[in-house]
Order: sequence, then C-alpha cells, then structure tokens
Amino acid sequence: MNSEKEPLFSSKNIKLITEPLGSSNPITVQVLGICSALAVTVKMKPAFVMAISVMAVLAVSNVVISLIRNSIPPRIRIIVQLVVIAAMVILVDQILKAFVYDISKQLSVFVGLIITNCILMGRLEAFAMGNKPWPSFLDGLGNAAGYSIILLIVSFFRELLGSGTIWGYKVIPESFYSFGYQNNGLMILPPMALIVLGIIIWVQRARNKKLIETK
Amino acid sequence: MENLINIFVKSVFIDNMIFAYFLGMCSYLAVSKTVKTSTGLGIAVIFVLGITVPVDYLIENYLLKEGALVWLSPDFADIDLSFLSFIIFIAVIASMTQLVEMIVEKFSPALYNSLGIFLPLIAVNCAILGGSLFMQERAYNTLGEATVFGLGSGVGWFLAIVGIAAIREKIRYSNVPAPLKGLGITFIITGLMGIAFMGFMGIKL
Repeated sequence: MNSEKEPLFSSKNIKLITEPLGSSNPITVQVLGICSALAVTVKMKPAFVMAISVMAVLAVSNVVISLIRNSIPPRIRIIVQLVVIAAMVILVDQILKAFVYDISKQLSVFVGLIITNCILMGRLEAFAMGNKPWPSFLDGLGNAAGYSIILLIVSFFRELLGSGTIWGYKVIPESFYSFGYQNNGLMILPPMALIVLGIIIWVQRARNKKLIETK
Repeated sequence: MENLINIFVKSVFIDNMIFAYFLGMCSYLAVSKTVKTSTGLGIAVIFVLGITVPVDYLIENYLLKEGALVWLSPDFADIDLSFLSFIIFIAVIASMTQLVEMIVEKFSPALYNSLGIFLPLIAVNCAILGGSLFMQERAYNTLGEATVFGLGSGVGWFLAIVGIAAIREKIRYSNVPAPLKGLGITFIITGLMGIAFMGFMGIKL
C-alpha cells in the first residue's frame, strides 16, 4: 500500500466540493432538504442566514460523525446522528438569537427544522459513515454550498419580482412604478417558491441531458 | 368546542403543512408515486402527529417552559429549559414512532403490514417535528387544542399527498417536456395546488 499521504486538495477532494454545486446538487438532483429550503426564500437575507447555518451544521456534524464512525453501533446509529445534529442546531439557534435576533425571529421554527433536514441525515448516512474526517468536511461544505446556491437563486427571483428589492435595497426605479409597474404579490406567497424551483430544475435538466428522468 | 373546530379547519386548509410551510416535502416527493402507498403514509403521519404533538405539549408545559417546574418545588420558578426543546422533541418523536410501531405490530398485524415500512421513515419527516415546533410557537392553551392541531395538520398532509399521487398517476400518460419530467412537473403541480388551497385563506375564523 502506498503510505504517502494524499494532498489536502487532491483532484478527488476538489470534486467533492464542486460536484454538489451542479451535477449532483442536493436539492435539484438528489431531492434532499426541500422542506426548509423554500419557506425561507421570500427575502435574500434570511435565505443567506439559513444557508450559512446549514453549512455550519452540516460540515461540523459530518466531521464529528466521521471521527466516531468506527465506534457507533450500527443498530443505534440514527439516534446518534440525530443527537449530534440536534446539539449543533441548538448551538446555531442560540448564536442566531444572540447576534441576529430579527432574522432569527423571521426564520422561526425553520432553524429547528434543520434537524430533520434530509440533507443532513442523507449525507451523514451516505458519506460520513464511511469516510475520513477531511473528505467528510469537504463533502459537507460542498453539499451545503449546493443547497445555498439554490436557496439564493430562488430568493433572488422572489425578492426581485415580489418586493422589487435585492438584499433589502430598492433596485426597481421609482419611475417604473409611476408608469404603472407593480410588484407581483403572488411571488411572496409560498406556492411560487415551488414553481420557481420547478423552473430551475427544468433549466438545469435542459442544459444537462444526463439528468433527465426516463420514466 | 367551536374553538376546537376552528383550529382543526385552520390547520387542515389554511396552515396546510405542505402548501403553506413545505414541511415533509422529502417523503411527499419520494412516496407519492401511487395512491395506495401514499394513503398508507398519510394515515401513518396523522397517527404519529396525533400522538407526538400532545406528548410534546405536556413536556413543554410541565418540564421545559420558564417556570414550568413549579409543580416540583417553588424554588424552580425561574428555571428556563426551553433551549433543550429541539433535542427533547426529536427524542420523543424517534421513541414514539418506535413505540407506535411495536404496539401496532402487536395488536393489529394487518395495519402493521400496510403501514409497517413507513413508520420508521416518519421519525425524520419534517412535518412531525414541525408540528411540535409550531405547537410551541403558537402556545396553545389546552391539551385538547394541541391534540386537535396535531390531528388537523396530519389530515392536511394526508389530503395533499393523496391529491398529488392521484395527479401523478394520471400525468404519467401525458406528454410532458423531457427535462420537466418527474421532479420538475411535480413541483409545478404542487405549486398550482398550493395556489388553489390559498383560496381558503379568505375564510375568517
């Protein structure tokens, strides 16, 4: 066996980060973690905070599970994973409450719902249980980044069309409104998040034919 | 009584778990291929929500809330354990699903055979934890209200998944653009169903 250590950013490790951004995106391809993805996408700011929280929880719990993966009895692994995730989420929730209270209020129960976010269980089960800490960390970062990108795209369109702002700043000039332009109130309502996401999936699959479902 | 009916109607139609909060989307998308399996999962969700929400209500009010421990001793009046709620709720849900699975297996093998595979899946269904967290946030006054809210949310979820499953069974024979097949069209249909459900928002309760 080759005892030489693999470099930290070997091509295999880089792939762990880049692949979830496109061809194996957790939301549009693996269909994980949709629950919390959509409810927080009315404005970009809460979506961004949510994305950062998921990234922190996913990367750290991936590392923790990967460190203790050899000592977890397989029968109770789900409970162990849930405990690790829940502990991380409590930390994130307390930090959000302390530093960005307003946004934490807007996110309401959805911070708690990171616990049952399927991305976490899915990645812990599929990757961290069988890999070393460093690749697991990268896998966590990559998947959370793929999740964040979709979250930000959806919230970008919903905020732009629904409230005429981006990141809280007005981008649609006042003169448009005097010509009779109006914000599309429908975009703020929950169902539009699903339709925007459906369209994103459509565009992605039209560009990447390999992802098209045959049945 | 009127109050309970209001809460029920509100949680089924207006605050529908799927269309208004997107909770339980993962199993909603994965299991909604046929009406039969989605009916099974839907009933299991009603069942588990109807049990976990009242149990979590009792835990919240007699253990976790600020001043909830007064029944033990007046000295505990200013202890606030609510930061523990996530971890305790998820533990309750995981153990309740396990317990329900064992009870159903023992007393009703027929029901177990139809629900069996879905029960363990439910422990990580966001709708269940979401139900408990909404119960905490909205601070229902009595155990009855919390129970009705849990059952109502379950019924709303059931309606949504059976509806989408019926539509997906039909849409298999229609000519959907290739990149939109499967996931894409399911999202768009769910969105349209959500818009239809928003018609209930006008109801003042």
